[in-house]
Amino acid sequence: MTTETIRSSSGRQSQHLWAVVALALGSLAAIALVVGISVGIGDMPIPLSTTYSAITNRLGWTMVQLNPIHETVIWEYRLSRALVAVFCGAGLALCGAIMQALLRNPLAEPYVLGISAGASTGAVAVVILGIGAGTLSLSAGAFAGAFAAFLFVALLSNGARGGADRTILAGVATSQLFNAATSYIVTTSGNAQQARDVMFWLLGSFGGVRWPEFALVSVVVGLGLIVCLFYSRVLDAFAFGDEAASSLGIDVGRMRIILFALTAVITATIVSMVGTIGFVGLVVPHAARFVVGPLHSRLLPACAVTGAVFMVLADIASRTLIPQQVLPIGVVTALVGVPFFSIILYKLQRAS
Amino acid sequence: MSIRAENLVWKVGSKTIVNDVSLIAKPGEMLGLLGPNGSGKTSLLRLLAGLKRPFSGQVTLDGQSMDRIRRRSIAQRVAFIEQHATTNANLKVVDVVKLGRFPHRSMFSGWTSDDDAAVNNALDRTELTAKRNDTWQSLSGGEKQRAHLARALAQSPKELILDEPTNHLDVHHQISLLRLVSELAVTSIIALHDLNHAAMFCDRLLVMQAGKIVASGAPEDVLTSALLRDVFSVEAHVSPSPYHAKPHIHFVR
Repeated sequence: MTTETIRSSSGRQSQHLWAVVALALGSLAAIALVVGISVGIGDMPIPLSTTYSAITNRLGWTMVQLNPIHETVIWEYRLSRALVAVFCGAGLALCGAIMQALLRNPLAEPYVLGISAGASTGAVAVVILGIGAGTLSLSAGAFAGAFAAFLFVALLSNGARGGADRTILAGVATSQLFNAATSYIVTTSGNAQQARDVMFWLLGSFGGVRWPEFALVSVVVGLGLIVCLFYSRVLDAFAFGDEAASSLGIDVGRMRIILFALTAVITATIVSMVGTIGFVGLVVPHAARFVVGPLHSRLLPACAVTGAVFMVLADIASRTLIPQQVLPIGVVTALVGVPFFSIILYKLQRAS
Repeated sequence: MSIRAENLVWKVGSKTIVNDVSLIAKPGEMLGLLGPNGSGKTSLLRLLAGLKRPFSGQVTLDGQSMDRIRRRSIAQRVAFIEQHATTNANLKVVDVVKLGRFPHRSMFSGWTSDDDAAVNNALDRTELTAKRNDTWQSLSGGEKQRAHLARALAQSPKELILDEPTNHLDVHHQISLLRLVSELAVTSIIALHDLNHAAMFCDRLLVMQAGKIVASGAPEDVLTSALLRDVFSVEAHVSPSPYHAKPHIHFVR
């Protein structure tokens, strides 16, 4: 190789680095903007400049005089909510992309391994049956249920070594089982009010989330993203199936277990916090793939950013579509998601 | 020896697919694997590539048992091209070929000029340089097969295992693929259906029937009318080709 080509390739590399930095800053700016808008919208509208000053005040950078009610609303309610939405959207989209890669199925999504069904069973076990009364929160119950379902799937699919189709079948069977258990508990033991509460929780809501939830979900999703980026080349190597991945030197069984467990932790954390928010994990990876292509070192960050923005926008829509009423977030994401899903199905049909 | 198999047995349930197979592939030779459908060729190749663990017996690489070599170390020297490997991801040809560099890169190392050279060379040898930025879904069956070969070449293998690589190829690309493989300085084990191609290009042939190796040796020793009748149930006349001295098979209508 001549010096000429070496120079041009190092020039390409530094150009590449600048492009990455610019994209990262642009993404952060986009997320900051939608978070700012989200914080401003509500029964008490707050201008973007007030939100900005409130944040810089709290960080000790500025000392702008602000309405203390505004400051309280921003800090105690809206900012934490918007930031949780950011990480939930990012996490679900990330998990969706990983599931679609590992299961080699464009219709795979984070709940395909029975996590949401397990979480709902865990939640109703706590809320309606009163298991662990007082000591166990709804979230803890949901998390335990989600993991029980995941382990059941792992068992049915032979420790995730059974191949993609078997894993999907195991996930479907497990979802059916846990959904049946949930329905059984609700119909035999629950009263109307409890059934309604569970229904609302299942459709997802950012209503109750504050800073402790933010701390948990940001750490789990943030670490999850880093670990997944670390494995992005491995995910690429799954493109031609398990056998091809194996012939490239990947310990397929071990890798699948690690990545499935990772997505299970992320998804279970999100579901136990804000309920089963559907379609983000299915739709966003396809949209991101359409823009940045199938290589995971680009796809995963793109999914995280797109998922984050999408979720914050969905949260804004859920609070503004109907005046004086908050729609469940899952309803909004599905309203956007279903048309998109139909387009994917249509394109798949045409391709085959 | 490079790859050696000792008394390999592979079963699915109670059915024996590969039955007590032993073989040696010498460094640099092109070893053809023949046999009717269902004779166990693909299963044997998978065992040789280390993708499946034998029920009993073992495969060794330069005398070392494959069980004791890490998956990644195997992939650094053995490349495998399976039948019908496809994807729903719309990867570019060059990205598919780059997958071949996976076993040679650590988790953190960047893309090096060695990697670039291996990928460009592989694209060049498979006549895919012009197609490097085409997407997978836009390729013809033959181009996909050549992209798989390019990926395997980018792996810089010492041993290349190919499972019916000439399927889907037109006759020009069949011949050029076989010529390319025969000219590579690697040990190759290749399952083929076209007996004349096998006779022309392979240094040595193995014939499988019902999981066992029933004949092995130079093409002119293995390909006889009697064997073709017994194993493949066809009537044929075999005679040395006037053009390349290797045996040529004339099938009888």
